[in-house]
Amino acid sequence: MLSYILRRLVTGLVTLFGISVISFFIIQLVPGDPAQIQTSQIADAAVSERVYQQLRELYGLDKPIPVQYANWVGKLVVGDLGSSFHDGRRVSAKIGEALWPTLSVALLSFMLTLIISTPIGIYSALRQGGGFDRSVSTGLYMLYSVPNYVAGMLLILYLGVKWDLLPFRGMRSDGYDEMTTLGQMWDLAQHYVLITFCFTFGNLAYYSRFIRQNLLEVVRQDYIRTARAKGLGERSVVLKHAFTNSLIPLISLIGLTFPFVLSGSVILEYMFNWPGLGRLYFESVLQRDYPTIMALNFITALLVLGITFIADLTYGLVDPRISYEK
Amino acid sequence: MTVAAAGNSPPVRSYWSITWRRFRTHRLGMVGLCVVAVLFLVAFLSPILANEQPILCRFDGGFYYPAVVDLIHQVPGASLIIQKQRPYRLATFDFKREFDPERGDWALWTPVRYGPREIAAEPLAGPSSRHWLGTDQSGRDVLSRMVHGTVVSMKVGFLSMGIAVILGLVLGCIAGYAGGAADLVISRFIEVVMCFPPFFLILAVLAWFPPSIENVMIVIGLTRWVGIARFARGEILRIRETDYALAARSLGVKPAQLVLRHLLPNALAPVLVSVTFGIAVSILIEAGLSWLGFGVQPPDASWGTILRSGYENLFTAGHMIPPACVAIFLAVLSFNLVGDTLRDVIDPRLQAERA
Repeated sequence: MLSYILRRLVTGLVTLFGISVISFFIIQLVPGDPAQIQTSQIADAAVSERVYQQLRELYGLDKPIPVQYANWVGKLVVGDLGSSFHDGRRVSAKIGEALWPTLSVALLSFMLTLIISTPIGIYSALRQGGGFDRSVSTGLYMLYSVPNYVAGMLLILYLGVKWDLLPFRGMRSDGYDEMTTLGQMWDLAQHYVLITFCFTFGNLAYYSRFIRQNLLEVVRQDYIRTARAKGLGERSVVLKHAFTNSLIPLISLIGLTFPFVLSGSVILEYMFNWPGLGRLYFESVLQRDYPTIMALNFITALLVLGITFIADLTYGLVDPRISYEK
Repeated sequence: MTVAAAGNSPPVRSYWSITWRRFRTHRLGMVGLCVVAVLFLVAFLSPILANEQPILCRFDGGFYYPAVVDLIHQVPGASLIIQKQRPYRLATFDFKREFDPERGDWALWTPVRYGPREIAAEPLAGPSSRHWLGTDQSGRDVLSRMVHGTVVSMKVGFLSMGIAVILGLVLGCIAGYAGGAADLVISRFIEVVMCFPPFFLILAVLAWFPPSIENVMIVIGLTRWVGIARFARGEILRIRETDYALAARSLGVKPAQLVLRHLLPNALAPVLVSVTFGIAVSILIEAGLSWLGFGVQPPDASWGTILRSGYENLFTAGHMIPPACVAIFLAVLSFNLVGDTLRDVIDPRLQAERA
């Protein structure tokens, strides 16, 4: 077990290193650096040039790229992500601010997905090929094919504009500060509805199908027949013996998708004016804000690797047959 | 005797013809395929479906067919050989203004009489009998722009997946067949690429290149190959150990030929499935990028840019949103349906389960 963890940690570090090198060089390769963008408004050529050079020095852009990379890694090791080139604020503060809006929607949507799709998946597996199974799976399949930003546009158009039922710009209404605490909560909740729905509905089909499929595979196993033969009730067979055994792939699916949910959706967050990580990334790219882009890339990669790692370890907890020794 | 026996045995069918026969029995898959075919036709025929110039006309004593020439120009390179007749290829020539029935002029118009860039009416007008889907913020016909947006989606879908397939198959085959250090390097590289959320990667790369449809295609292709490479690698690893691969090897077939003629064709089926889904994803990404302003640039039309102009004029001109949404949804749904059916049809394991 220990050697497995060590091995995984080493390969993970190598991968992280690769990712950071690649993203660092992609970012630096291109003409047009942040200093240039920020000085393009200055009319006087001499002043512009002087400020440009000063900015480059300030940002450390005048040094060779490998040196810049080494500096970046050096700061990272002590937990310093640097300051934004755009507004000079700490990158960690910017990310910290954007984290909660994205994380809250992601968690909410994840919980909703699991709460809704687990019963659907189990029920359709039990009544495989029945009316419920077929109609629900067709309906969810259609939903699955609706791209989330397409649904977002339609919801904004009808629920937001035409019927004026729900807010769709940002997290809070104007005058949020004057509201009572209850009013504030109600306002916040209303703002969450549309964007959470957009993040959730597509996953429903995917997850319920996945749960159904896994359950069907497990139900064919001998130990399920044994459980039935023992005279256990159908309920206990399905929930205790079959469903728990179909959890492993589910865990790995959650592990695989969660980091991507966490990185937010650039389009959806931009569309709903949601102050999350996706929008922060988009704006940083437009502003050539190298430290913020690097930090976001790095954190996402770290999350992907970390969560897959944890998911791999939990297999062992859920399924004692899995051994990490090789 | 042998002849009679041979006559009675069922005709030998190729793998793909068997697959097609099975595919035809799936109703939803066929529906998806039909929609894909229609989208294709619309894209290819777009110059004679929506154009500000007529299919055939008599103008000042001569016969012209400008829209048909536009259609021929859809074939790459054709514009070098065939040119439009004199007045029509001039940017300043406005056929509708010069058109004069009293002189004996007549015209066979395209079904939608407006070009995608033609400023035809009041901006942001709602649907009417002249402009079925209304007009956009510059007064261009939305239906015409939708038709021409189909070209963008189909092109991006197929060409970007073409890039992804070539890259994915080459790297996947090398990793799967050569093994060792090559496999290690390629697999690590795949893992690195997979750690980025794809949309992040695309944005990061696109921010450094001038936005254009070609760059969008290349970037999508460069980010979508990993799945295909993983598939190809796995399949090659599996097939490499089969008896027929061993037989070919013991007959002295060279590695390159072994991979290309014996292994790869047998690995193609699952790759095809992921390509079909990949096309749907590419169409989706393109529309999203165009929505964000990174893809197709104005005045060119794409479903994403139409959606964007609807978003920017939400309170005054919502009429642009539903058509673009329906188009994107239909394209994605139909490619998904085809992909799902293909997967059911070519996966022999599933076949055994059904039987």
